[in-house]
Amino acid sequence: MSDEARRGLFLVSPPFLYAILLLAVPVVTIILYSFWTDGYLEVVPDLTLENYTESLTDPLIRQLLVRSVGVAMAVTAATVLLAFPIAYYISFHVRPERKSLWLFLITIPFWTSYLIRVALWKVILGYNGVANSVLDLLGFSQEPVLFFGAVVGQVFEPVTWFNLSIPAIVITLSHAYAPFAILPIFVALEKIDRSLGEASRDLGDGPLMTFWRVTLPLAVPGVVAAVLIVFIPTIGDYVTPAVVGGDKNPMIANFVYISFLKLDNYPQGAALAMLSMLAVTLIALVFLWLNRRWLRVGR
Amino acid sequence: MRSLRVYAVLYLLFLYAPIVLLPIFAFNDSAVISFPLSGATTQWFTGLADEREMTGALRTSILIALISASFATVLGIFAAMAGTRSDFPAKRPILGLIMLPLVLPEVIVATSLLIVIVQVFGLDPGAWSIIVAHVLICTPFSVAILNSAFQNLDPALEEAALDLGESRRGAFRRVTLPLIVPGIVSSFLIAFTISLDEFIIAFFMSGNTTTLPVYIYGLTRFPGKMPLVMALGTLLVAASIILLIAAEAMRRRGLRRAGLKDTGGFL
Repeated sequence: MSDEARRGLFLVSPPFLYAILLLAVPVVTIILYSFWTDGYLEVVPDLTLENYTESLTDPLIRQLLVRSVGVAMAVTAATVLLAFPIAYYISFHVRPERKSLWLFLITIPFWTSYLIRVALWKVILGYNGVANSVLDLLGFSQEPVLFFGAVVGQVFEPVTWFNLSIPAIVITLSHAYAPFAILPIFVALEKIDRSLGEASRDLGDGPLMTFWRVTLPLAVPGVVAAVLIVFIPTIGDYVTPAVVGGDKNPMIANFVYISFLKLDNYPQGAALAMLSMLAVTLIALVFLWLNRRWLRVGR
Repeated sequence: MRSLRVYAVLYLLFLYAPIVLLPIFAFNDSAVISFPLSGATTQWFTGLADEREMTGALRTSILIALISASFATVLGIFAAMAGTRSDFPAKRPILGLIMLPLVLPEVIVATSLLIVIVQVFGLDPGAWSIIVAHVLICTPFSVAILNSAFQNLDPALEEAALDLGESRRGAFRRVTLPLIVPGIVSSFLIAFTISLDEFIIAFFMSGNTTTLPVYIYGLTRFPGKMPLVMALGTLLVAASIILLIAAEAMRRRGLRRAGLKDTGGFL
């Protein structure tokens, strides 16, 4: 082994050992636990799929899983679609020396306490909240409006627009993760060689076609990163469903908490946590695959 | 691109709406948070002083964040130096594992550590286990920030120190370290902010330890306590904006020291 390699390994060993002991070992343990069962006094270490089959057949838990994945997808779609034009604006239309100011402006809300922001959305969207009081002042009556329930069908109960429910959860989370979507898309857009756009114009494409055929395909890696960065934490979110969702629309993390700390059923909780990780992995794989395909077509 | 500009301004309004409302309701003289406003008061701020648990939670949170940020930054220096300076076997998987918490839902980090602590070792979780987990999730951010600090550094400087007879350790201490101080400071500040704001891990592992986010979560369960949340939030927002500006100033100073032009923001 060369001197350089030995020095590199020596340097990387403290963080590496830390990650092995406190990340790799616990994750392997939780995977094992998810295949064990909860006995009366202690956990029975026999490999079984019971926790998973139980979770997937129990209508309550199934609804929970569908809701979590649905909310995470809705949040991801809303966040990324709203973020793209901003990233595009900053990258293509803001003068270079003012770009970091814009990025700074966008990241400030992200560094203020997450709990406080969620509480604020509860206050804004809640039953007696700001949104309703503003509507009241403007002279609108508070007719309940079918919004999300109508689209998704039986999975969600019909909900009212400004009530504490699924759309409120989606709005709150989209707000919370906005900078996470803007930054990767911005980085991807910044990397685009500006002369490519000029070439496309010179060859007769209009601005829209240039955007569609040159800019957008080259921004795909940033969009994929944004999707993953938003989807991963949202599916495991605890606070927003509990505070804004008013306990009526729990998501996976809320139930994992109950399994772990209220029911003391670690294997069940472990299986649920694993299911959320499985969802993340599946979505990640699909998007990475899409990314590669898109890029190949682009060439 | 006029419409795009209008959209950008509207988007900023959406981003800032809650934070603008925060101080308005913190000073509003009504226990119900809605318009119209009824009058100005500072009672919610003075009310905060009576919340004994809050000062305790704040102290716990700051202590946890200080320790977690220090460890994360030290681990980050090791990983970033190894990653930017040398090639070694299995470099990608090793660094990948260190960065993994970035793509892991926090609930996984919390539950997997909880199982090991409670079920395997039979220990009680508490402040120490929150620190252990926070170091884990803060380290990737420290590594990312310090990576760019090391990349911006000309390796020739350290080589020159070695040629002039410094030992490796001396060259690091007297040449490299002073040049990456701004990176270290912003890594520390960002890790500190992340730990201070982290909820899920602190909630799962709280035991008898209440951190500030867990305490705020408790407050949000009672509608009557909402004005207190607004007052506390106003103070926290003010504090974190000051911290952020300090971090940004350090980053720019670092770029100037390394003789580079400013090209972007954080991350």
